[in-house]
Amino acid sequence: MSEDRIPGFDTLAVHAGAQPDPTTGARATPIYQTSSFVFDDADHAASLFGLEAFGNIYTRIGNPTCAVLEERVAALEGGTAALAVASGHAAQHLVFYTIMDPGDEFIAARQLYGGSINQFGQSFKKSDWNVVWADADNIESFEKAVTPRTKAIFVESIANPGGRVTDIAAISQVARRAGVPLIVDNTLASPYLCNPFEHGADIIVHSATKFLGGHGNSIGGVIVDGGTFNWSREGRYPMLSKPNESYGGLIFHETFGNFAFAIACRMVGLRDYGPALSPFNAFLILTGIETLPLRMQKHCENALAISEFLDAHDKVAWVNYAGLPGDRHHNLAEKYCPRGAGAVLTFGLKGGYEAGLQLVSNVYLFSLLANIGDTRSLILHPASTTHRQLTEQQRSAAGAGSDVVRLSVGIEDKEDLIADLEAALESLP
Amino acid sequence: MDHSRYPDSYIHNILLRTKTIAMVGASANRVRPSYFVLKYMLAKGFNVIPVNPGLAGQHLLGQLVIGSLTDITEPVDMVDIFRNSEAADGITDQAIELKAATVWMQLGISNTDAAVRAETAGLDVVMNRCPKIEYARLSGEIAWAGVNSGKLSSQKPKLAGKGFQHLTLRPQRNRKNQG
Repeated sequence: MSEDRIPGFDTLAVHAGAQPDPTTGARATPIYQTSSFVFDDADHAASLFGLEAFGNIYTRIGNPTCAVLEERVAALEGGTAALAVASGHAAQHLVFYTIMDPGDEFIAARQLYGGSINQFGQSFKKSDWNVVWADADNIESFEKAVTPRTKAIFVESIANPGGRVTDIAAISQVARRAGVPLIVDNTLASPYLCNPFEHGADIIVHSATKFLGGHGNSIGGVIVDGGTFNWSREGRYPMLSKPNESYGGLIFHETFGNFAFAIACRMVGLRDYGPALSPFNAFLILTGIETLPLRMQKHCENALAISEFLDAHDKVAWVNYAGLPGDRHHNLAEKYCPRGAGAVLTFGLKGGYEAGLQLVSNVYLFSLLANIGDTRSLILHPASTTHRQLTEQQRSAAGAGSDVVRLSVGIEDKEDLIADLEAALESLP
Repeated sequence: MDHSRYPDSYIHNILLRTKTIAMVGASANRVRPSYFVLKYMLAKGFNVIPVNPGLAGQHLLGQLVIGSLTDITEPVDMVDIFRNSEAADGITDQAIELKAATVWMQLGISNTDAAVRAETAGLDVVMNRCPKIEYARLSGEIAWAGVNSGKLSSQKPKLAGKGFQHLTLRPQRNRKNQG
């Protein structure tokens, strides 16, 4: 493509990272289903292992199919590089492994996906990486949580399941003042709806299982490097700024510049912990991304129609969807997600916990399962499932109280989805 | 030239027309970026002359190390500077003297005054970039590392015609041993 044109999002969604295969001419990205790659000779092998040359060695560290996915997501987010891994949780683990040392702290919004609350609050503690919770709706709470041991701030652009929209720019100012990177989980918005790098994020993580893949068929995660953070300024990020003994004393930031973070996540974290993405999953996620813009438009259109229907229903106590005018996050949604507020919404039933359990069992198009971002519409009662392992207080803080029902609205005909919910609501006492 | 954002064609043309690179600050330390770049550019077919007074007379990757730019007797197309931004001043003046076509300052190095002098003398200038990264980006090799190349193309990538996983910027020629 002519270099004076800046390609649009929809073009990038189809083309970024994917040239024809140079030997066969295959136009769809081939699934390079191989564990390993042949070296020319011992010197070539040494160059690859020593990071002196670019190339594939072993699929745990990199694979050409996965690399197309990586470049595509990096291009859609406007980042310098990306790393695709086995799941969104693996992405978070490698990001924090690269940033944290034992005894360090990071600040996270307490309104997160329940799985992230567990990972940060329970499992990370075993490495002495200490989360300090803040309130995503109260910027000052982030400011107050900063200590000399703070190494990062973590938020979701659109929170799961609360549907709230985060003031990324305001929190990025707190991160700047603290001299730490802002990490944004952009899973619920997808790069089509929200661009966290434009608002001051330094690193983006995705569960690619959700809207990127979009078809509920593959688990995957992606880390995107914004190329914006200066890892060497104060020497507080030794993985990036100090010699790495396993590479003979190489310094990642000095050697790889503005994509050093993504390379370090790959060449140390992924190499040693091993949560590699299967090339087959990468292929499915890539195929999904080609229709991301079309799907997100339909997801948002349907979600708005359903939230309006629910808002007017007499058995529904409240609806949280930032796309609804009057929602307390509507102004933030207009700023950060001008093309739509996404597909995930929550609502409360006047009948409480029991009504929630009954509703999710009486739908016939919506599927009762623990995922979001599928072409199919999904329904869940978080208090009895995804957020079950949290305390009652944590559940309420995360927007998953006992009366809450979560929907991930699919791309079916919205009239059919509304009819399905209407019939299930009718069945409630 | 806007040194904050170079058009791909500008970098591409420089790399394509360059045959001999004088690399000032070449290191014998195998994990220093200058050693990486020396090895990579040699592998891509460039003639690279390492310049380092501390190593003068020794060989680096088979190349004779020269003590100073002014000691080089053969024509030099590009001077690649692996020194700090202040040192880039004098080296740029030597590059102008040498009638090099390009002055290239590595990642993290820029010197606007030196760039203006070089451009006034008719040289092309690149600052705060790495020729290895740029070559790998424009040829497509860097995409294997998940890096955003910023390029879209439905054309065939150019295979270097040797071994596996080597791409090139050079126009393809018909050679019997091309792989």
